[in-house]
Amino acid sequence: MAIQTTGARFVDNLGKVYALYTLGFLAFFAFMAVLEQMGLGAQAIGIGFLLFTIAIYAIIGYLSRTAEVDAYYVAGREVPALYNGMATAADWMSGASFVALAGGVYFGGYPYLGFIVGWTGGYVLVNSLLAPYLRKFGCYTVPDFIGTRYGGNTARLCAVVVLVVASFTYVTAQINATGTIAAQTLGVPFSVGVWLGLLGIFICSMLGGMRGVTWTQVAQYIVLIIAYLIPIIWMSNVQDFGIIPHFSYGSAVQRIAELEAEYGLQPAAEAIAGVSVLTTPQNAPAGRGWEMISLAICMMAGTASLPHILMRYFTTPSVRSARRSVGWSLTFIFLLYFSAPALATLTKLQLLDPNLATSIIGRSFEEVANLEWIQHWSSVGMLAVADQNGDGILQLNEFFMRPDIVVLATPEIAGLPYVISGLVAAGGLAAAMSTADGLLLAIANALSHDLYYKIIDPKADTSRRLIVARIILVFIGAAAAIIASLQLTGILGAVAWAFDFACSGLFFPLVLGVWWKRANAAGAIAGMVGGFVVGSWYLYMVYNGLMDPWFGIDHIRFGIIGMPVSLVCMVVVSLLTPEPSKEIQDMVDEVRIPSGGTILASGH
Amino acid sequence: MSSTEAGATAEARERHWTKTSRLNTIVMILWVLFAIVIPFFAAPLNSFTFLGFPFGYYMCVQGSLIAFVALIWIQNWRQDQIDDEYGLGD
Repeated sequence: MAIQTTGARFVDNLGKVYALYTLGFLAFFAFMAVLEQMGLGAQAIGIGFLLFTIAIYAIIGYLSRTAEVDAYYVAGREVPALYNGMATAADWMSGASFVALAGGVYFGGYPYLGFIVGWTGGYVLVNSLLAPYLRKFGCYTVPDFIGTRYGGNTARLCAVVVLVVASFTYVTAQINATGTIAAQTLGVPFSVGVWLGLLGIFICSMLGGMRGVTWTQVAQYIVLIIAYLIPIIWMSNVQDFGIIPHFSYGSAVQRIAELEAEYGLQPAAEAIAGVSVLTTPQNAPAGRGWEMISLAICMMAGTASLPHILMRYFTTPSVRSARRSVGWSLTFIFLLYFSAPALATLTKLQLLDPNLATSIIGRSFEEVANLEWIQHWSSVGMLAVADQNGDGILQLNEFFMRPDIVVLATPEIAGLPYVISGLVAAGGLAAAMSTADGLLLAIANALSHDLYYKIIDPKADTSRRLIVARIILVFIGAAAAIIASLQLTGILGAVAWAFDFACSGLFFPLVLGVWWKRANAAGAIAGMVGGFVVGSWYLYMVYNGLMDPWFGIDHIRFGIIGMPVSLVCMVVVSLLTPEPSKEIQDMVDEVRIPSGGTILASGH
Repeated sequence: MSSTEAGATAEARERHWTKTSRLNTIVMILWVLFAIVIPFFAAPLNSFTFLGFPFGYYMCVQGSLIAFVALIWIQNWRQDQIDDEYGLGD
């Protein structure tokens, strides 16, 4: 039991272990680059990257196996702030962040930037309102906090329901992304790819629970950030945008605005299913402020209520290190989030600007249709060019693309070697797998700890609890894979819904649990049920077109409806019912100071 | 713990929480500014240029993000000071 018996030594040597690992990964990258020069094929490179990285995650997962409750649920509370920051960043940045974010900025323009601001600004809320206090509480799961703070199984059960709905919505999207990448790289059908992806996820999480997931997530963060930054920096240098483009692409933004005006942003003469043309300007915020900030607010409050993120801060050794690790988390997340718009802008400029060799708009149709990357992505239905006005020239509204492929196709557009594409595939897989791990564990832990142990069978012994936890993990994973293989929603729609569900049901019960002593169980239950039910009802009505959206709040922003309902229900019902017992109020006082032991004992 | 110590602690705790809440209020106000107010007014801010960017656009893709990172680190540095001042750090 390598990591378990020598636990202290492993944690002491983290710097060395992960530095070696990073060097090893870079060496592998260089090795593949050399092999490509010697004539190794694209498919073999892709497979090499996937197998190499998954093998490493599997080894870490195996070495982290455990039979202790504390290690399984909260990684033994011994994860230093810096590493918890990396693990949280990987946990956080999903397939959607890695694959779809830049594409969203490319196609969605200003309102879409709500995701960029929302998915970073939410950490300010996590840090100041929740993380340190939940760490002090000493809970294993988020419903554990709700259940103990408010008392009673009803509140706990409501929290479990919201958690499961939000996280399950999210995890299907991640397993979908894992399957897509595995299928494309390995050349197997999507349905097979989904199950292979799930297998990889189980290897990381089954044996070691939170401990296994933590140490694989650190490894996955390193892979995904390298895979995101290398292509951008490489491309920027090849195309003369400067060594690091992040601070110098301002002129590109202005140039794109000129070009968009010149070409005109018209819808396609004839739509093609599954792909779209560019119709939203890169930077035209006039009159769309509400659209942008309503999205940002949902994503920020959702960030502060998603259990798979909050539970990462239960794994640090102290309250102070929990706070510090929020700082590290956002620092590591920031690296990717401030790169995505740069990537989107440079990719767009490369396609649009006739002064650049890579441009395609305004060139002869035949020339463009014969480009290698156009043919490659057209053949899998992710891209299309069609000379719909018959003038022999490719117009802006004749170039169709699936937003998801901007990141994946960029290395090819810029003419970079295939080894970069292999690296990007490994990064996307790491992003999707690490998030899926965290989400599956959040669901399985809530069901095994809160539903099974706290409500159904409080007398269960340790080994039984851990067996139940693992069985539930397998079932939830399999259920998610089955739903993912049906391919019901696009990656991003499902992800936004998860945030809306979480903030509608959990945001105020969590925050007021710390910040308002008067909040009681009846209020919390009313807040969870009210926000969640009204939010879900609004989603159902608007998504199915049964009702016109209010104030332009569409189905990806339904948290804007759910949250105020939750707040009002919670405050009104709390005030109409007796205040919480002295015991609970003292507990809240205790949570507010960092010193002293946790509220809940270890192994509770 | 003797009763006098516990009494002193209770008062210290109260002041600790007052300071903590005040710090939090400041952070929340700055958060609203960078996360909601500035992104909302991106259009008028775009008439300024910053580092070659239209300023409103810059804030949405970079400026506010940098502010969030700084805000968290600064708040934590100050909160550590407050905790230590009252001997309530862990």
